[in-house]
Amino acid sequence: MAGRTLYDKIWQSHSVGVLPTGQTQLFIGLHLIHEITTAPAFDMLREKGMDVAFRERTFATVDHIVPTDMRRRPFLDREAEELTQALEKNVKQFGVEFFGLDSLNQGIVHVIGPQLGLTQPGMTLACGDSHTSTHGAFGTLAFGIGTSQVRDVLATQTLAMDKLKVRRININGALGTGVYAKDVILYIIRRLGVGGGKGFAYEYGGAVIDRMNMEERMTVCNMSIEGGALVGYVNPDQTTFDYLKGRPYVPSGTAFERAVGYWKSVASDAAARYDDVVNYEGKDIEPTVTWGINPGQSVGVSEKLPMPEQSADPEGAKKAYEHMGWTPGAPIIGTPVNVAFIGSCTNGRLADFRAAAKIAKGRKVNPNVRALVVPGSAEVKKLAEQEGLDKIFAEAGFQWREAGCSMCLAMNPDKLNGREVSASSSNRNFIGRQGSPQGRTLLMSPAMVAAAALNGKVVDVRQYE
Amino acid sequence: MSEIVKITKASGTAVPIRGNDIDTDRIIPARYLKEVTFARMGEYPFFDERYDAAGKKKDHPFNDPEYKGASLLFVNKNFGCGSSREHAPQALYRFGIKAIVGESFAAIFAGNCTMMGLPTVTVGEKDIQQLMKSVEENPRTEYTVDLESKTLAYGNQKISIDLPETYRTALTAGSWDSTALLRANLEQVKKTAAKLPYTHNFAG
Repeated sequence: MAGRTLYDKIWQSHSVGVLPTGQTQLFIGLHLIHEITTAPAFDMLREKGMDVAFRERTFATVDHIVPTDMRRRPFLDREAEELTQALEKNVKQFGVEFFGLDSLNQGIVHVIGPQLGLTQPGMTLACGDSHTSTHGAFGTLAFGIGTSQVRDVLATQTLAMDKLKVRRININGALGTGVYAKDVILYIIRRLGVGGGKGFAYEYGGAVIDRMNMEERMTVCNMSIEGGALVGYVNPDQTTFDYLKGRPYVPSGTAFERAVGYWKSVASDAAARYDDVVNYEGKDIEPTVTWGINPGQSVGVSEKLPMPEQSADPEGAKKAYEHMGWTPGAPIIGTPVNVAFIGSCTNGRLADFRAAAKIAKGRKVNPNVRALVVPGSAEVKKLAEQEGLDKIFAEAGFQWREAGCSMCLAMNPDKLNGREVSASSSNRNFIGRQGSPQGRTLLMSPAMVAAAALNGKVVDVRQYE
Repeated sequence: MSEIVKITKASGTAVPIRGNDIDTDRIIPARYLKEVTFARMGEYPFFDERYDAAGKKKDHPFNDPEYKGASLLFVNKNFGCGSSREHAPQALYRFGIKAIVGESFAAIFAGNCTMMGLPTVTVGEKDIQQLMKSVEENPRTEYTVDLESKTLAYGNQKISIDLPETYRTALTAGSWDSTALLRANLEQVKKTAAKLPYTHNFAG
C-alpha cells in the first residue's frame, strides 16, 4: 500500500460523509473565533433558531480591533466598542468560552491557540481568518474560512470541503546567520508565486524545517495562504511534543503518553505519495525584503529591484512601482523607512522579540522612525517582560504595547499616515493594508525590522550578527 | 435556507477590473469590517481606489457611468487573494455583481462567493482578454453565464467556462447555503467525533 500523507490521514478520520454536492463533510476539532468575522454568523444562528452544536470545541477572543496603547472601556472608537460588545453578547448567549481583554489568555487567535495547547497534532481546526494556516505547524489541518463557513461550524462543527492536493516543500541543508523562518517563507512565496499554491496543501519539511522550533514553524505555516495554499503544515515530531507538554489544555500523565502515540501516528509515512515535490537549499536564502504590493514581490537584501519587463507579471510589477515609487534596478538596501512594526500572528512571539531585542540592545532607534513592538498575546507580553525585553526595547526607543493584531491590518488606532514606509514583521504588503491608502509596507523578519528601525532605512541585519 | 434558490444563470452587462492578484484589502479596506452587519457593504467595494482622501471620485470602472448597472465582473488571475473577509464578496454582491468571470480565483474567496450564491467561473487568458475588450468597446454588451451548459454567451459568441463541479452542483441544485445540508447529518457528526481520541481528551 502506498504511504499516506498527514493530510490524507486527517482528512479520512474527520470525514463524516460525502454530501449531495460531491463535497466532503469534514468534522472540525477546534473552532477559534474573534470579533471581526463572527457577528453576522451568530445573527444567522439566531434567525434560524440554531444553537452552537459543539460549544466545548469553540473558543473566542478579541484581537483585531483592540487598541494596544490604552484599553479602557468603552473604546474611543465607537465601532470597535460595538463590535466587541456584539462578541461579548454572543459568547454569553451561546455559552462559548471567551478570553476577553481582562484575561491573561487574551491575544491573537493564532498565538493563543498554540500557547494554551488548544491546537494539537492530528486535529482539524477552523477560524474566520486566513492566517489560520499557522496552526499547521503542529501537524494540524487548519483552515481559514469566511463568515458563512463560521456559521456552518457553529451550527454543525463541520465544513463542506473539497480535497486538496499535497505539495511537499523541502528546505534542505542549513540557513546562514541572520536568516530566519520569515525569510524562508518569503523565499518560498517568491519562488512559487502568490497564486502558486492554489488547490494545494503545503507540507514543509527537510533539515531546515526539522531543526526549527515551534515558533519558527508557525511563522512558515502562517504565510502559506500568501502563497495561495489554504493549508500548510509540518509533521509533528519530538519538538512538537516537547512544546505541548504541560500546556493548560494538553492532557497529562498516561493520557499525554496516549496523545503522543496518536500524534506520531498522523505524521506522513516515509513512503507517502505527493502530488508535487519541490526542493530548495537553505544556503540560497538571504534575509528577504518585499518591495512591491504582494508578498511574492521580494528580493534578497543584497539584490537590486527587478526590471518590470523581466518579471513574471510585468503589469503587476508596474502597478507595484507606481504605488511604491521606487526605481527599478535600485538596491533594496538604503530604502528609507519611517515606521517599524514588530508583531502580528506571523512574528509576534517570544522568539521573534528575542531576535529583535538582540539587535536593538544598547542602540537607538533613528529619530525619524516611529517604532512599535506589539506582543501577540498577553502571555507573550508577560514572558518578554520577565526576560527584560520590554526594557531593552524601551531604552532603544521602541514603544512597548498591549497584545493585539495592531498595525498588521490597522483596524485599531495603530496606522500609517500618508506615504509613510513601514518596515514590518507582518504578513501583507497590500495597498492600504497598514491603514493609509497611500502607505507602503516592506515585509521582513523581526531582526531586519529592528535593524531598519535603528538606521531609518533598510540594512542587512547580518552586519550586527 | 428554508426556500431553495437554484442559481443556473446570470445575465446582464459587465464591468472589467484589470490586473492580477487583486487582494481583498483592495476590494474592501479593513476599516469597513468594523460594521456589525453586512448591510452597508454595497457602498464600499474598491473604496480607496474609487475615492481620494477628500471623498472626490477617482477614475475607476465602478465609478464609470458607462458600466452602471453591470451584473457581471470580469477579472484576471488570482482575484480575491489575501484576507478571508466575506465582506469582500458581500460588497461586490450588494453593489450588484451576480457572477464573476476571471482567469483564476483565490481559494477562500471562491468558497465564500459560492456559499453566498455568487458564482465565480474561470475562462482562459485569451478569452478574458477578448471579453474585457468587448465590454470596453461596448459597455452595453449583454452577457449570459449559464452554469448548466458551462458557457458564456454574448452577441454571436459562445465560450466555455469552468468551475469546480462541487460548486456548480451546489449552485444549480440550490444547496449553496450549506448549513441545512450539514445539520441534517448531526448524528453522524457526533459518531465521527466520538471516534477521534482527542474529543475525549485521550482518556484510557
